[in-house]
This record gives sequence, C-alpha cells and structure tokens, in this order.
Amino acid sequence: MSLKLAVPSKGRLMADTFDWFAARGVVLQRTGSDREYAASVSGVDGVELILMSAGEIPRELSAGRVHLGVTGIDVIREKLPLWQDEVVELAALGFGHADLILAVPKFWVDVESLDDLDAVAAGFRETHGFRLRIATKYHRLVREHLRAHGVADYQIVDSQGATEGTVKNLTAEMIADITSTGATLEANHLKVLKGAPILCSQATLLAARGADWSGVNDTFRALSAKLDLPDADLG
Amino acid sequence: MSRTQVINAEAARLSALFKAKGAVEINADVLQPAGTLLDLYGEDIRARAYVTSDPVSGEQMLRPDFTVPVVQAHMRDGAEPARYTYCGTVFRKQEAGSGRAREYTQVGYEVFDRKTPAASDAEVFNLFAQALAGQNIRVVTGDIGLLIAAVRGLSTSDRRRAALLRHIWRPTRFRALLDRFSGIGDLPEGRAALIARLGAEDTAQMMANAGTEIGLRSAGEVRDRLDMLRQDAQVAAIPAEERAALLTLLDIKTTVADAVSALRDVASNYGAISDAVETFATRAALLPSELGFEGAYGRTLMEYYDGFVFGIYTDAHSTPVATGGRYDALTQRLGDGRSIPAVGGVIRPDLSVEAEQ
Repeated sequence: MSLKLAVPSKGRLMADTFDWFAARGVVLQRTGSDREYAASVSGVDGVELILMSAGEIPRELSAGRVHLGVTGIDVIREKLPLWQDEVVELAALGFGHADLILAVPKFWVDVESLDDLDAVAAGFRETHGFRLRIATKYHRLVREHLRAHGVADYQIVDSQGATEGTVKNLTAEMIADITSTGATLEANHLKVLKGAPILCSQATLLAARGADWSGVNDTFRALSAKLDLPDADLG
Repeated sequence: MSRTQVINAEAARLSALFKAKGAVEINADVLQPAGTLLDLYGEDIRARAYVTSDPVSGEQMLRPDFTVPVVQAHMRDGAEPARYTYCGTVFRKQEAGSGRAREYTQVGYEVFDRKTPAASDAEVFNLFAQALAGQNIRVVTGDIGLLIAAVRGLSTSDRRRAALLRHIWRPTRFRALLDRFSGIGDLPEGRAALIARLGAEDTAQMMANAGTEIGLRSAGEVRDRLDMLRQDAQVAAIPAEERAALLTLLDIKTTVADAVSALRDVASNYGAISDAVETFATRAALLPSELGFEGAYGRTLMEYYDGFVFGIYTDAHSTPVATGGRYDALTQRLGDGRSIPAVGGVIRPDLSVEAEQ
C-alpha cells in the first residue's frame, strides 16, 4: 500500500507546493500531457501523488481517503467543523498567505469597525426591509465571527467566485473573502474593516487522522525525516 | 419497554394532561419556510436549525420549534381565548462534541389570553410543575419584561435605547454598549479617529472624497449616519445610578418571594421599572414562593421571550427538561398588525423520563 499525498492541481499553489517539497529532496512531478492529472514522486519510496482541487482536499482528508494533503487553513476550518478531531497540522508551508476579511464599499466613510457594521445593519434593515447581505463562500467562519462580536441583522448570501463584484451587481451590500494584497478589493471600490481578520490562512501540510496508517508507517517516517516534520500523534 | 416506547408513553401522558386542561391539539409541518424563521432570528438560526431546499418552494427548515407555526396558525384563524397543545419532533443542530440530541420530542402548551397575563403565566408554570411533580427538579425563572423596562427608562437618546433593546439577548455586546453609553470603557477601533474627523470636516467634505458610490446602501444613508454620529457624540452619558440599578437587577439571584422586595428596592431608586416590578409581584403571588429567580435568566434562550421566562432542570442534564415564557411581541410580528398576549412552554419527554428513573 502506498501513502497518498493530495496536493492542489493547478496554479501558483501547485507550483509553490512542488517547490517546497523539492527544496527538501522530494520531487513531485506531473507526468503525461499538461492536461492530464497524473503525477509521480521521487526522493522517497511508496508515496502516491494525487492532484486535486484545493477545495476538495479537506473532504478527502476527512474521509481518510488520502493520508496527507496540502491546502489552505481557510478551507479546512470552513469545511471541517471538527477539524481538530479529523486532521493534524504537520507544517505551515510559508506561502499561500491570505486573510479572511470583511470588506464594505469604500464610500461608507461612517463604517470602520464591527461595531459600526452592527449599527449599519440595524439601520439597513429598517430602511430596506431586509437584512444586510454579506456575500461569501465562508459561511460558517463568517457567521461564527459575527456572532462572537455581537453583530445582528445581517444575512449571508452564497458567492463561490467573483465575490468582489457582488456589491456593484446589487446582490450583496458587502463581502467576506480571502485577500492577500487587497488589490482586487481596491479595484472594486471596497475597503477592509478595521480589527483582526477573521482568519489568517496559509498553505499547510495536513495528516488525516481517519486514514488507514497501517502499512504506510515506514513510508511516513521516511518522508517525515526528509521534510523535517515534528512527531505527530495520528491516533 | 424499549426507550422509544417509554418516551412515547411519557409524551402521551403529558399530552393527555394538557388536553385535560382544555388545550386543543394542533400540529405543524416539519418543513417550515426558512424565510419567516430567518427574518425572526437572523443568520444565527442557520447554526441552530437544519436547512434544506425545495426546487419549487425554496429554502425550508426542519422545524426548530412549534411556537412560530402555532402563533401563525392562531393569528390566522384562532378563536379567543385559546389554549393549544402539540407533540412532535423538533430538530436542532448541536455544537460539535456537545453530545446533545439533534432531534427530540417536544410536548407543548400555549395560552393566548388577553384577560390576566400574570394568571396565564402562573397557569402555564404551575401546570408544568404539576406535570413533573414528584421529580427532583430545580427551577429558575426570570423576567425579560423587567430588563426591557429598565432599558426603556434610561436617560439617553432613543437611538441608544434602541441599540440596547436590540442586544438584550446578546449579553456581552449589551454590556459593552451599556458601558460605552455610560462613558466607561474603550471606543471601538477607528471610532475616535472618525469622531475627530467629524469635528474637523463637515459631511459634504467627507463625502466628496469618499469614492465611488456602489451597492444598495446609498450615499444618503451614509450622510444620515454621519449626521447621527455627530449628534450621538453630544449625548450625555447614562447616569451612574441608572447603570448601577440595571446591573443590580441583572445580578439578583434569589427566590421569587425575596425577589419582590429586592426589586422594589431597586425601583425605589429607579422608578422606571416600578410598573414592571408590580407586574412581577402580581405574578409572584400566584407562583410557589421558593422558586428560583435570576435577573439575567432568559437572555440566552430564544430571542422572542419578552416577559416571564422559566427553565426546569434535573440533576442529570445541563439542558433544561422544560422551558417556557411569554412572547407578546412575537404575536405582533407574526400577526399582521394584530397582537395578543401569549405564554407557553415545552417539556422534553426524553429528559423527563430519565429524571423519573
């Protein structure tokens, strides 16, 4: 049996992941044509590389269908409410940094903090007859954050992409999304609320507690040594 | 008997007791339109209720309680006065690892009666106490009506009073606002700078460089709030003795009988709550005198309770075996302009049988 490692299948995140492993003597490679999602590993024996969408890696880790996975902490926390029971964070990889933030139209000069947001939400509901809409794909994280800070009278509307455009398109009054530089927010006339972000995320190597580790322990030890990972209690 | 049979028998016993008091049996769909519940409870309900969707009728929730559909049915075509009972499963999401049931039976009793609200409160509570008689129970009662009266009486602006009323059910936020409106504690991040700017520039100047207007919330609404913040900065702090009276009220933990004198004490320095205290005293006379009373009780129960509230606990669980309370304002919100005083409660037969054994 081989140890299954899931990594993001495209883009910057894939390239940075490949570089991170390569720097530690483990070479991940795509094989076949550049459209085919096939891959190989060299530098350590018995590891099978699986390329998949970063957003689906939490589900695969949770189900124990892969042993290890690389993805953003944001999607882990959003998709796995019991993440501590399901995965172990083995290493923060130092790239893919992004903050989950709340952003409102820049011209809302009366809004700086969550306190203002709560007051504005109450006023908005009075004026417009429905709750202020926040577009996001991070439903759970945003709801928990706002509840912890006593913000009421909002509603979450789902947005799986191009979230920054929802305000202009009148499908939401504000957004909650991942940002790294803030350039897209700026271009869409939005500003970040003051205060700590909802979550600071980066690419992380995770182990699945629910995977079948019998038969891959030696492989995992060899890989851990190469990658200089801490001892993990995967029980 | 299996556990299910034991619970069903207990549910039947409770239903029969409530019907014997003249309650009419009423039912409600398991699938409730999500819109009404979301409008009442806000986004937080999604963390507590199961949401599903129907291709034709849209987002639906597995009923998290019976109160809302029962009130709707009564406001639609109920005769007055009315007493209802129901028995069925409710569905609640639970926090991970809490071990709490996600679906369980509730047997309820609800009273819609204009005549003497205090007597209706006592009727519901005493019936529940009778239903659980012989069991080792602990009772806590509260009165959200006292808190509402205490907030309405504060010497401050309408806007600040409304903000406090809105957050009665969020204790941490309530306290932060109360302190700030009393001139105690820190301003939220960025507020001091904003207030300084409001002093240095007028609204037109601030809006001139604000950037592109996008979204449904208009520049007019932003201007209005800037003006409001300017006025708000001039509002005098809530007097220390009023804040102290409110906090004393929240801190009371005693028996219902002793609470009457404790509350009259508070009212002697803070007359705004006098009427609410006398309402409390009228009800107290109809309840067992040794019942527990906590000034803050009910603030983390359902947001619709606005008067008498109670919870009945057993040693076995932190979850109450029975809860209930008054919800006059809910009938108004669901009543299309009409309203009626209403009070009711539910018992969980799965917990009351455990207490018996």
